[in-house]
Amino acid sequence: MPDTPVLQAIGVTRSFDVSKPWLQRTLTRKGRLLLRAVDDINFSIARGSTLSLVGESGCGKSTVARLAVGLYAPSAGQILFEGKALSAARAQPALRRRMNMIFQDPYASLNPRWRVRDIVAEPIRAFALLSSRSAIVERVGALLTQVGLSPADGEKFPHEFSGGQRQRISIARALSSEPAFLVCDEPTSALDVSVQAQILNLMRDLQMRLGLTYLFISHNLAVVRHMSDRLGVMYLGRIVELGPGEAVFRTPRHPYTRLLLEAIPDLAMTGKPRTPVGGEVPSPIDPPPGCSFHPRCPLANARCRIERPAHTLLADPQGEVLVACHAVEEGRHAA
Amino acid sequence: MTLLEVDGLTVEFPTRRGLLRALDQVSFSIGAGEVLGVVGESGAGKSLTGAAIIGLLEPPGRIAGGQIRLDGRRIDTPTREQLRPIRGRQIGAIFQDPLTTLNPLYSIGRQLVETIQTHLQLSDRDARARAVRWLEEVGIPAARQRIGAYPHEFSGGMRQRVVIALALCAEPRLLIADEPTTALDVSVQAQIIALLKRLTRDHGTAVMLVTHDMGVIAEAADRVAVMYAGRIAEIGPVRAVVQQPAHPYTQGLMDSIPSLQHRVGRLRQIDGAMPRLTAIPAGCAFSPRCPKVFHRCRVERPDLFDAGDTRAACWLYDA
Repeated sequence: MPDTPVLQAIGVTRSFDVSKPWLQRTLTRKGRLLLRAVDDINFSIARGSTLSLVGESGCGKSTVARLAVGLYAPSAGQILFEGKALSAARAQPALRRRMNMIFQDPYASLNPRWRVRDIVAEPIRAFALLSSRSAIVERVGALLTQVGLSPADGEKFPHEFSGGQRQRISIARALSSEPAFLVCDEPTSALDVSVQAQILNLMRDLQMRLGLTYLFISHNLAVVRHMSDRLGVMYLGRIVELGPGEAVFRTPRHPYTRLLLEAIPDLAMTGKPRTPVGGEVPSPIDPPPGCSFHPRCPLANARCRIERPAHTLLADPQGEVLVACHAVEEGRHAA
Repeated sequence: MTLLEVDGLTVEFPTRRGLLRALDQVSFSIGAGEVLGVVGESGAGKSLTGAAIIGLLEPPGRIAGGQIRLDGRRIDTPTREQLRPIRGRQIGAIFQDPLTTLNPLYSIGRQLVETIQTHLQLSDRDARARAVRWLEEVGIPAARQRIGAYPHEFSGGMRQRVVIALALCAEPRLLIADEPTTALDVSVQAQIIALLKRLTRDHGTAVMLVTHDMGVIAEAADRVAVMYAGRIAEIGPVRAVVQQPAHPYTQGLMDSIPSLQHRVGRLRQIDGAMPRLTAIPAGCAFSPRCPKVFHRCRVERPDLFDAGDTRAACWLYDA
């Protein structure tokens, strides 16, 4: 079934219990406190494509990454991996090995006491993909070559490598179980720009060569633009705008997307006047009622303060765009 | 008018395996009211330059050569005691993480008043009034009510505003801002850059803005110095360096930044990585990665040459 999306999220919500301990709650007569890190999210990722999620800290993008590989179970809603419920898919090693993750910090995600060859071979051993020692050695060598290292590097320890090389090792490890789907949570934020370019190029090359599907999480809009086919902008646990990357970047519709694009320092130095928008992301424990963006939104009116906006489907030359905004729906926004 | 002059600054770290030269003949100057951006990859020596200027080099690091002059007076030689009145009064500093800069046990008002009274002869009452005025100036809403609040009661962006108030409240002539917006979200980052620019312009403060983010530099700096392996690779007006960089390293660096305006199939990348301090190649430090390398680059270290509107440490521009 080539049309089944690799990953599909249907109404996914994840909340965390952040209550004070029982005694303190009883004494202060306060109830339980739930933090909705991810709130009713829907998206799907087609095979061989990249969906990026972008947003500021605390918007829930890393929680989505963890939900997508099954590290968290959704509190409500459903995640389907290749058409099967994720929890069921994770129960089968044959499907579980088809998803993997690349983490942000290449200094924390590699075991410093293991040699690189063992780090890269771990998924192969865990899933018993190859049995003979020589076959594993050969495969690890091929993987290291594929990410731009040499097979001889397998004998070294992680501390002998720079940040960019370590991220290459993480990628080699992620690829060793022959996955179809990779979740990349800020894979280049810890790297310098010239090294970032190397890693981004490598990731795109691998995607083309191996037909990989990516869920790409980042706070860096320029990186996201470079990597994504489709783009979701998150704010306080919700996706406020979702559509083809080019559509969202060319004609941002949601006021928050506009704010984000506006806020990025302008390298082209066109000297366009910029209005830094005031305010910060509110605490997700106590999000504002109605549209959670309304305290910072230049277009907010009474309706935005009470009623939570549903997603409106808008046509764009690049494809359809979903936007959750009353102002856009009513045509209140100035073009 | 030149306020800060750094001339041939060399910083060395003696280690068991020999001497590490972390800064090598770094020279630049900053005028009053000017913002100099210092950009480079991690380990290029940009933070170290700032630390050397404020006299905060961690031993065993030491200034092994060169001079630092503030207003014509040398500040690279004095002892700790002689430096105290200069630090804070003449030179303010902002660091990356606002949470570790502020003392969590003192209210922000007390920290501001203490700083003000250390450097200016003011009564408690006047110092407090001044603290409130600074909080208002950096955009803390309801400053009078919030002056007794503790750092944990503020959000990240608000804390960084408090740090800026702390750095500027003694009205220093030079501000060293080391990655002041790196820990902040983009929307807050824009607010902080705008605030820094406005305050330093209003008060005529010279700023050395250290960051790895070219976007921040393009937004805030008047001139920019690009550092590589402890040396200045290129220095010049920000527009020239960003749009027509002369040094092959700066060119590669600018090309490797993904663009917001358009999407390309592949990013141009500089292969390899910056050399470690233990293994800086002879000649030009960038020569092993340079696409335009020739024989002379591998043997002789280039000085800064005039290259169009900027100055670049590259033999291509040896007239």
